[in-house]
Amino acid sequence: MADALVSWLHAQPTPLLLGFAGVVSLLVLGTFAAAILPALQPGKWTDLGPRMRSWWIIAILVGGALLAGWQAFTLLFALISFLALKEFLTLAPTRKEDRLVVLLAYLSIIVNYGTIFADHVLFEDGYQVYLVVAPVYMFLITAATMAWIGRTDGYLATIGIVHWGVVICVYNIGYAAFLMRTPDFEAPAGAAGLVFFLLFITQFNDVAQYCWGKAFGRHKITPKVSPNKTWEGALGGWATSAAVIYVLAPYFTPLSSPEALLFGVLLPPAGFFGDITMSAIKRDLGVKDTSRLIPGHGGVLDRLDSLTFTTPLYFHLLAFYALERF
Amino acid sequence: MLQAIRRTTLMLVVRPIARLLFGLDAIGAEKLPKHGPAIVAANHNSHVDTLILLCLFPAKLLSKLRPVAAADHFDKGGFGSWFSRNVIGIIPIKRGAASRDLDVLAGAKQALTRGEILVVFPEGSRGEPEEMTRFKTGVARLAEFCPQAPVIPIYLQGAGRSLPKDARLLVPFNCTAVVGDPLSWAGSHHGFIDELRARIEALKAQAPPLRWE
Repeated sequence: MADALVSWLHAQPTPLLLGFAGVVSLLVLGTFAAAILPALQPGKWTDLGPRMRSWWIIAILVGGALLAGWQAFTLLFALISFLALKEFLTLAPTRKEDRLVVLLAYLSIIVNYGTIFADHVLFEDGYQVYLVVAPVYMFLITAATMAWIGRTDGYLATIGIVHWGVVICVYNIGYAAFLMRTPDFEAPAGAAGLVFFLLFITQFNDVAQYCWGKAFGRHKITPKVSPNKTWEGALGGWATSAAVIYVLAPYFTPLSSPEALLFGVLLPPAGFFGDITMSAIKRDLGVKDTSRLIPGHGGVLDRLDSLTFTTPLYFHLLAFYALERF
Repeated sequence: MLQAIRRTTLMLVVRPIARLLFGLDAIGAEKLPKHGPAIVAANHNSHVDTLILLCLFPAKLLSKLRPVAAADHFDKGGFGSWFSRNVIGIIPIKRGAASRDLDVLAGAKQALTRGEILVVFPEGSRGEPEEMTRFKTGVARLAEFCPQAPVIPIYLQGAGRSLPKDARLLVPFNCTAVVGDPLSWAGSHHGFIDELRARIEALKAQAPPLRWE
């Protein structure tokens, strides 16, 4: 038993194991902070405890799926897409006649993630199908269904809402699962290393922006959409994340130095814009959180916000510069 | 034995599925009764409502929860009747049968005497999805019969979208339950249901906006 565990651990790429160790140490640090800070400053930090407990669960689920392989990871992300899309369609305006259309939107999750499973099985190259099936064909099917149902007032607004939800919650997020199908020899820490790096960098950038903002934030950057964000936070976070991406890229990605620099320049702003885009939507819908599913965080969409932008960009940049598979 | 099956089915099968499909966001869950006798009163839009209310409570209270349900709908005999009575734990009530010699509320009153928690929908029927109709006085008569039982108002939102009356397709949407402060019997049937209705109406403000036209 113990031998099997040791040999299994040896089979995992070292950067990935070190990455996990890094995440676990950050979680331990945060958990200590959640135990100490509320005692030092009573009344403040009250949601840090539940927030850290939720982080542990997120890390165990995602980390476990990364180690278990692309099938488990794809199923987990299909579930995450479902929860996110359900939050979105619950809050966004829909019409009484649209129940069937909403059901079709959920069906797009099966189709979208199905192409990942069908790669090499049903299709020689499932990626070609993935690229068009949700943004083009689910769009056409939904539009046609709604016209067939026949209610015209609010047609255009509703088709826009449903399509927006499918692209942001299903199609964009699904790229992370398809990235897991990269052949392991194409990246120094395998496909799981590539995906780990995306998730780590995106969350790290969120935290870096937050810390720079807390420490030096003076000038509001998006006063109407997200009043707590500052220029200092965004720029400080950008520089810090870019440096971390540049330093760590050789261990997780097959990128050359100039390419890693480009990733460092492009990914942090993408995360920032994903964040404020979701804030704009929440403000428009009149809610603070998209649900109460994750204690201390809010909903699944609240947690995914930056990833909805960084995931497709990271995937396409890798596909363009480095990966033979895509 | 039956209680064990009921509890296991509800906890291990029904609750995870309900959470997946309906989210079950609860606001003010700490105001739910922790023991009987008590009456939980909610607005009614969908069959899913009963499920949501059952899933709000901790496992150890499940054996005490008794949804009061229309006999003409849930107690028509066969497996459906058995399931409603034994797994969901309903108390069947005959709608529109009230008369001088027949107390339609007898079953519900006995349950209160046994210290159970009644789940009632004072509208009496599901009606138009996500719209509240007038309240019937049954809940007031139960409160009068058992004044020591607090009546807890709950506003339910969203189930009418997932499974409206007469719909065949179930569509997942997140549902929200807002629990309010308990009321107790104050001496007037109509005064009581008016107050209860106003309380539930007021709880709506705490739920996320629902745009469904």
